[in-house]
Amino acid sequence: MRAANPPTRRDRIRTQVMAVIALTVVWNLLWGAFTWANLFSGILVSAAVVIFFPLPPVEFDGRVRPLGLLNFALRFIADLVAASVQVAVLAFRFGHRPTSAIVAVPLRIRSDLNMTLVAEAVSLIPGSLIVEADHETTTLYIHMLGVEDEEHLERLREHVLRLEDRLARALGSDEELRRCGIDPSERKERRS
Amino acid sequence: MTVAGVLDAIAAVCMVAGAVLSLSAGVALLRFPDLLSRMHAAAKPQVLGLLLILTGCAIRIGTVIDITTMVLIAVFQLATAPVAAHMVGRAAYREGRVRAELLLADELAPDADKFTDKSRDDSR
Repeated sequence: MRAANPPTRRDRIRTQVMAVIALTVVWNLLWGAFTWANLFSGILVSAAVVIFFPLPPVEFDGRVRPLGLLNFALRFIADLVAASVQVAVLAFRFGHRPTSAIVAVPLRIRSDLNMTLVAEAVSLIPGSLIVEADHETTTLYIHMLGVEDEEHLERLREHVLRLEDRLARALGSDEELRRCGIDPSERKERRS
Repeated sequence: MTVAGVLDAIAAVCMVAGAVLSLSAGVALLRFPDLLSRMHAAAKPQVLGLLLILTGCAIRIGTVIDITTMVLIAVFQLATAPVAAHMVGRAAYREGRVRAELLLADELAPDADKFTDKSRDDSR
């Protein structure tokens, strides 16, 4: 979902100030101490970064939901552990050649931020890795490792959509939530 | 058992588990049949392995400033590892370095032209 009106000058300055603050904190952490010298040099360097390497503003029109965020984070950690164990087990299963598949998963929320976060999270959960991402249709092409059969493939596809649901519950706007709360018949239609 | 002893034990478990995962990532990198499968090994057990070792270190070292540095490492690792794996995987697919006989399904193949054409336009 793109925001209806383009960001104003004030929005831009606000995001730039936020970026400078965040970068200054990182700078201080990298130096390992909060001193006045680090603070001022940090502000100088971050201002230079923000001015000379401007990035398109990230549109965020949802809101942060602490419970949803916690649920997302916990499930993410569980998924990361499961994924690592899966790859580790496959690595030590001698005489077995893992088969895989590339599937297209159309996402339902059309925001850059959502797509980026889903893609990042998907890369770290069991058996999936982004091969290609289509910005126009917000479709992720995902390489799935260790796919046994068609049924398993569908389960993995469902897994990605569930992840998008959880992300919407953590950071989505009401509109985005509604998009995820669609009934199963409609989802099947979109999938084909 | 004292608190320090318990913390030491947790740190030890984290470090050993992290080391084992890193080892398995290395083994997977060698053993998996094609590039895309190998990128799975580079993206997942390696990240968790590093996170576990950092956790172990954080418990053992315990000074705030070192822990914040480790948090930075963890955040950058989580943010960059998937992107790196994606870029390598994408390049490999566009170059046709995918072993089709290992793929159960390839839903990217019908849409692949879209991306290769786009990349030609993008190249300056």
